[in-house]
Amino acid sequence: MLQWLPENVSTFGQGVDNLFYGIYYLTLVVFILVMGTLIVFLIKYRHQEGKRADYIEGSTTLEIVWTAATTVIVFGLAMLSYPQWNNIKSPTQFPDNPDVVVQVSGKQFNWDMTYPGPDNELGTDDDLKLENELHVPVNAVVHIRLTSEDVIHSFFVPQLRLKQDSLPNRFINVWFEATKAGRYEIPCAELCGFGHSGMLGYLNVHTQESYDAWVQERWP
Amino acid sequence: MHDNEHASHHHEESFISKYIFSLDHKMIGKQFLIYGLLMFFLGGGLALLFRWQLAYPEKPLPIIGASEQYMEEGEVVTGADRMWENIYESEKEEWLEVNMPNGVVEPAFYNMLFTMHATIMVFFVVVPILVGAFGNFLIPLMIGTRDMAFPILNMLSFWLAVLAAIIMVVGFFVPGGHAAAGWTGYAPLSSDPQWTGVDWGQNLWAISLLIQGFSSLVGSINYITTIINMRAPGMTFFRLPLVIWSLFIVAILLLLAFPVLSSALALLIFDRLAGTTFFTATTEGGGDPLLWQHLFWFFGHPEVYILILPGMGIASELIAVFSRKPIFGYRSMVYAMIAIAFLGWIVWGHHMFQSGMRPGLGSVFMTTTMLIAVPSAIKTFNWLGTMFRGAIKFTTPMLHGIAFVSMFVIGGLSGIYMANTPVDIFIHDTYYIVAHIHYVVFGGSLFAIFGGIIFWFPKMYGRYMNDVLSKIHFWLTFIAFNCTFFPMHILGVGGHMRRISNPMQYEFLQTFEGMNIFITMSAFTLGFAQLILVFNFFWSMYRGKVAEQNPWQVTTLEWEAPTPVPHGNFGQIPTVYRGPYEYSVPGEEDDWTPQARPEHAPATSGD
Ligand code: HEM
Ligand SMILES: [Cu+2]
Ligand SMILES: [Cu+2]
Repeated sequence: MLQWLPENVSTFGQGVDNLFYGIYYLTLVVFILVMGTLIVFLIKYRHQEGKRADYIEGSTTLEIVWTAATTVIVFGLAMLSYPQWNNIKSPTQFPDNPDVVVQVSGKQFNWDMTYPGPDNELGTDDDLKLENELHVPVNAVVHIRLTSEDVIHSFFVPQLRLKQDSLPNRFINVWFEATKAGRYEIPCAELCGFGHSGMLGYLNVHTQESYDAWVQERWP
Repeated sequence: MHDNEHASHHHEESFISKYIFSLDHKMIGKQFLIYGLLMFFLGGGLALLFRWQLAYPEKPLPIIGASEQYMEEGEVVTGADRMWENIYESEKEEWLEVNMPNGVVEPAFYNMLFTMHATIMVFFVVVPILVGAFGNFLIPLMIGTRDMAFPILNMLSFWLAVLAAIIMVVGFFVPGGHAAAGWTGYAPLSSDPQWTGVDWGQNLWAISLLIQGFSSLVGSINYITTIINMRAPGMTFFRLPLVIWSLFIVAILLLLAFPVLSSALALLIFDRLAGTTFFTATTEGGGDPLLWQHLFWFFGHPEVYILILPGMGIASELIAVFSRKPIFGYRSMVYAMIAIAFLGWIVWGHHMFQSGMRPGLGSVFMTTTMLIAVPSAIKTFNWLGTMFRGAIKFTTPMLHGIAFVSMFVIGGLSGIYMANTPVDIFIHDTYYIVAHIHYVVFGGSLFAIFGGIIFWFPKMYGRYMNDVLSKIHFWLTFIAFNCTFFPMHILGVGGHMRRISNPMQYEFLQTFEGMNIFITMSAFTLGFAQLILVFNFFWSMYRGKVAEQNPWQVTTLEWEAPTPVPHGNFGQIPTVYRGPYEYSVPGEEDDWTPQARPEHAPATSGD
């Protein structure tokens, strides 16, 4: 089933995928065991003339065993997930000194990208505003300052394994480092009105040279 | 309890007091059942409309859509081109022409369709049937009493639900269309008309849900009081059938959860009509969109357990009865439900992992959510244990019970993926969630409902449902259900967002066109299969084979009552001598020992 996952092109994406695969195999095993048991029981203990069911009210030992076992498994899973989650979403754990900072603002039904320009400050004259086109270099840490002008949208780049809602009058920081140049879609993942379907931006991941050229062209 | 002279003696009732403003819990239960089945058709029809659009985006619907323009040009001008123009001018044009010009579902209409589909299914189908119908019908009968504690409140609860349904349906026809902000109604999309163009639709949505909330509140007070105070002599708490336990717990959840939704809805109405900004972050201060989400999910997560717990209860009855065995670990089944009810209050944040809620909280909610998987697992293992060394009879209700367990396993396991915060980053707001919801609510609750209807039908109407039709319905539903919803897991893994009307607008979703078509075909099959059930239901009411008093040889009290159950239920209130699942007791002649059979009394088998 997991071959349907879009290609991963972010540094933290592999961690997400590993968890995905881990849970997939875990749940697959549990599913096969439970369904297998169920089917065996249905066949073996089907009603037969002259045979009565056994009067069994339960087993405390079994209850304890399966309660403990599931608790341990799900907690184990949680333990494995904390670091990945923090790495992706906790601002305190983001890699410092981003190579690029961009403000991305959702509005019905576009993504507005604002580059701070050479002075690295938003709200100044050298800012660059682009509609639905985000340009970043490959193998560089990018910080996104996510916000919205009207309703809630959600910034989703499937290949980066990144999704974050954007909220009006709030600034939420996310980061990523793309590992492969290319053009990726940025759909909006949160219902935002009648144009929600089709609200679509593009992430252009450039090689360093082509990114430098792009910068050169915008801020000569 | 007091012997109720006037309740059991025969007095002529008028049509109105017997069938319409009835105070009898059984009649109110049946009213809720028919109400739920009717709304089930409305909700299902909406789903088929939007499924068509997903499989064949921008293509006209076969019946409505054979428009001249399409016939002549092979395409129609619709969709995004007309979106902006239409949104405020709707009142001037005809309903169908506005929402489905040339038979094509407009994007705004699409949003309304899935919003109303979910709203109706959750609030007007599953809860009314599970809680309203089964709760009303079963509680007095199974605990051994003559009626609910507050019959007038009970009637009020039904008629409030009718009022809510009427308001909800009227919403379809007001200018601007019905609510279109999702069943979750996220603000500010829902709280400010300018973002959707929906005006009174959203208001009526909120008002209707407020009223539905009152209906539930009144009902739950009644259930709790009845179960605590009116159990038959000898019916201790630990002799209650599991379905009664589940309804008891659900009543408590409803009582505590619905007021939270009601408050949120009230604030929403203020925001929309009185210009307040509880859910809007303005630069001058004001509220916060996340406040809505916290309130909604603080209600919403207990609500999803309200949707499943009675299903678990019904499935437990079916599995024990048709395995002819006691429930494996009766007490741990009860404790598991209590645990779910407690933990259900501290997991709501798992719906908000990507919402902008502080990431540290995400970890906390992941932990609690993982914990709630434990009692769900315990219940599953106990169902398996109940079948172990049983004598399983594959009656149609049992087939539904088995389907419930297997579908719930899939739904529970998919829950683990989403509970996992890093994985949820990817699958949140995709079809993975849609698959999960339907495996638990359709695969779970609805199969339990179907099984329960067939199982208790003989007590409700004194007749059997036609078994051939029931079996056809079961197998068609089971297969079509899995063909419809299993592939949605794959769509989710591919990143396919939920709530989009046209997946073909995205490069990375092109590969899923075939799968979407397959899903739609299966969905139509699934929808039509339900016609069999409803036909069977109404046909059997009048034409079904007449049933004896206890056709499935069940131990619990509802089968002690004569069929059809008279006003007042029991001639003499039964006394309870044992637990509800005394099947295949060694040394007993029959493989079932009714709760009401006195100790050491000679067995009087079969009726
Ligand atoms: C093992 C137990 C379960 C776990 C761990 C679990 C976990 C989750 C999580 C984490 C989400 C949010 C996913 C997201 O939006 O990203 C979710 C959504 C949902 N769950 Fe479950 N769940 C479980 C059982 C159930 C049950 C029993 C029901 C109801 C009968 C249910 C109904 C729903 C619904 C309706 C949603 C979607 C709400 C929406 O966004 O529209 N779940 N579940
Ligand atoms: Cu959107
Ligand atoms: Cu939840």
